[in-house]
Amino acid sequence: MIYVFDYATLKVIWWAVVGLLIVGFAVLDGWDLGTGILLPYVGRTDEERRVALNAVGPTWEGNQVWFITAGGATFAAWPLVYATAFSGLYIALILVLFALFLRPVGFDYRSKVHDARWRNAWDWGIFIAGLVPTLVFGVAFGNLLLGVPFHFDGDQRSYYTGSFFALLNPFALLAGLVSVAMLTMHGAFYLQLRTDGAVHERSVRAARVAGLVFLALFAAAGVWIATGIDGYRITGMPSADSAFAPGLKTVERVQTGWLANYSKYRWTIAAPVAVFGAGLLALAFVRRLPTTALILSCASVAGVVLTAGFALFPFIMPSSSQPASSLTAWDAVSSYRTLQVMFWAVVIFLPIIILYTSWVYRVMRGKITTEHVRQNSHSLY
Amino acid sequence: MPSVEVVDLSRLQFAVTALYHFLFVPLTLGLSWILVIMESVYVMTGREIYRDMTKFWGKLFGINFAMGVTTGITMEFQFGTNWAYFSHYVGDIFGAPLALEGLMAFFLESTFVGLFFFGWDRLGKVQHLMVTFLVALGSNFSALWILIANAWMQNPVGAEFNYETMRMELVSFADLIFNPVAGPKFVHTLAAGYVAASMFVLGISSYYLLRLRDPSFAVRSFAVAAGFGLASVLSVLVLGDESGYTTGEVQKVKLAAIEAEWETAKPPASFTAFGFPDMKAEKTHYAIKIPWLTGLIATRSVDTPVTGIKELKQEHEVRIRNGMKAYAALQRLKSGDRSAEAKAEFDRLKDDLGYGLLLKKYTTNVVDATPEQIAAAVDDTIPNVAPIFWSFRLMVGIGLWLLFVFGAAFIILARRQLATNRWIMKVAMWSIPLPWIAMELGWIVAEYGRQPWTISEVLPTHLSVSSVSLGQVMFSLGGFVVFYTALLVVEIYLLQKYIRMGPSSLGTGRYQDEGAKS
Repeated sequence: MIYVFDYATLKVIWWAVVGLLIVGFAVLDGWDLGTGILLPYVGRTDEERRVALNAVGPTWEGNQVWFITAGGATFAAWPLVYATAFSGLYIALILVLFALFLRPVGFDYRSKVHDARWRNAWDWGIFIAGLVPTLVFGVAFGNLLLGVPFHFDGDQRSYYTGSFFALLNPFALLAGLVSVAMLTMHGAFYLQLRTDGAVHERSVRAARVAGLVFLALFAAAGVWIATGIDGYRITGMPSADSAFAPGLKTVERVQTGWLANYSKYRWTIAAPVAVFGAGLLALAFVRRLPTTALILSCASVAGVVLTAGFALFPFIMPSSSQPASSLTAWDAVSSYRTLQVMFWAVVIFLPIIILYTSWVYRVMRGKITTEHVRQNSHSLY
Repeated sequence: MPSVEVVDLSRLQFAVTALYHFLFVPLTLGLSWILVIMESVYVMTGREIYRDMTKFWGKLFGINFAMGVTTGITMEFQFGTNWAYFSHYVGDIFGAPLALEGLMAFFLESTFVGLFFFGWDRLGKVQHLMVTFLVALGSNFSALWILIANAWMQNPVGAEFNYETMRMELVSFADLIFNPVAGPKFVHTLAAGYVAASMFVLGISSYYLLRLRDPSFAVRSFAVAAGFGLASVLSVLVLGDESGYTTGEVQKVKLAAIEAEWETAKPPASFTAFGFPDMKAEKTHYAIKIPWLTGLIATRSVDTPVTGIKELKQEHEVRIRNGMKAYAALQRLKSGDRSAEAKAEFDRLKDDLGYGLLLKKYTTNVVDATPEQIAAAVDDTIPNVAPIFWSFRLMVGIGLWLLFVFGAAFIILARRQLATNRWIMKVAMWSIPLPWIAMELGWIVAEYGRQPWTISEVLPTHLSVSSVSLGQVMFSLGGFVVFYTALLVVEIYLLQKYIRMGPSSLGTGRYQDEGAKS
């Protein structure tokens, strides 16, 4: 094994890798989830809905793996986060899971039976599978910024002391709405590029409305964070180059603490700037440069994930009830060896994944039309 | 500490969702290769019927694949939601193969599966065959990493406990992937999936042949399935034997339970073909024994003994008592005493720490366990023998029956006597569920036989669960039952609909019953 980086550096790299996987998920599967949310609006007839579904049909499955792999990477690199977050937010995650059930079967089964009620039922399923996870992920991010109540006992067993309904507080719900508006916009930018006719027109309209709502809500959330929410700060901990349990550091709450990184590392401001800059440009260019508009939308979505990530760093999951137990990139991580092995796995496989995914998109490029759906009604979704 | 009810319901939920997931996995594993075979023939001969075969069986593959993906996400989620302490305790090792599964396998499979269905008109013949091949490769790699993870739960090599972080940590990645349990388990499971897929194609083709529907389509499918199935069922049996051998080496308790071997018999041990194992009396009633067989299979020698349950219990009692000392040494380290002596004491005893943790079920302090509590923990180390004993025998019986079915189908086909041997088609049709039953039983032997551990001799099952409430687990379990029942009804409805439609569902105009509504 080649030990290129020290433990502390690897911890930061793994923070970036998990971040990258979440960005990949938000950008790529984001437009699939957004398409699900938009389905009742852009598709008034069965054929129109099939146009929208087949625009994402050949590629959504691979995109979902960004989510699965982000989960797997969290398990491998941040086992304590995986354990604490999934068991703590139990009901929320089970709801996400149940909603996600409806996607693979929804896509594959809806057009296999010629029956309006059957197809409508699956279309609502795909809508729910788009809306619920998008909302819950937003709410979850909102709660991470607020901190959630959990602590560990001497055996490092985690105890979550909040309730499901406590997660649905006003700020977290706002974050949830940001997420829904964002992916609705993103899905619309994707659909306007990949469709024509009525579906295209509705997608352009949806992108504009959802885009403006998203930027306004994102700005509101930013103001709220700056003025009304406490952040957390590490005041002391063992060497970042060593392995230690979360309880061994000291953490304090600080007012407007989540803005500290932005003044300390000035370049991180690029993330929120990209959200607004790319978002507004995408809205402006949607008619003339549809491809550019989609790329700008990707930048805007990536900007949102990074804005939250930069604000929190090095925190991953702050504990509101026992701040010293907060999970951070320094103490929620796997051993040096595991991070090392998995780092090389990512270095080898991620570029290959990006390569073949791009190839698949290239093969399947072009617009999906109602004629195309009609001619291939036996083989398409 | 989690309550007994939470532990039991979490186990039930994992068992139900895992067994359910494995209804769909085998067909994905095997049918993907059958598609590769059919499409290869198409590419080589250029005959359209083979493309249609690939497309039709591909449709059934797709209906099944969607369920595999749906139920697979559940498995990943559950480690975090319901088995949080497990995830913390062994995530450093166990998480790695799961992440690799995503990076190396699931991405490949899922990215190309869309192209398999929608790329026919956009790709060249060879390109499309490559895509089909990559889907098969991805799904099989996926099984590889999952089974490496599972093998590590059976035989946790290449890892060590770290008292600073209170968890197991990776010591050797090579040991993890070259775990002696992993290889045979992987090939055995994979080949079992191939058998299931072959049985599926063989049985459905037989259904068409018996009704004289599209015979040229059906007989070609029958031929592919018979050949692939025969090769696979032979691998299953050979690798099952190899699995039995490695189990004999590293999981003596599981082997003893499979064989209901209460006493350490004089080698070579005999095989109990039939009987009623009785946990209380520690004997098997009405046992019918075949001399030598167990000894030969498990030890591949005539003079190595197979350790009996009574003797294993004595060994376990020693290890539990050592485990109490290991736990005391760990407490000493945790209290801040990092002297060389304290470390040496813990290092000397730490291999038995897991046995000490078994006592946590009875006393949280472990070190103050009474002799009664120790005796109870010793009893816990032996899983319930009867279900394992019976599951194993049924599984092997089905395996031998399937060898007969594929062997007969292959011979009859090779002699071109299919028309005069209609019985084999009826047998094939009615044998379709058997591979699934055998595989579920196989998992019961493997996982129920691992109890009381999630990680053999390292982490007891009752400690592995999350600190969640009973209500939460009931909510999720109820949801799974509702969703999974509904989805199964839908899936079977669609499968039988498309099976009845046959190749006419492709809408090519070349097959019988075309024009029937799709």
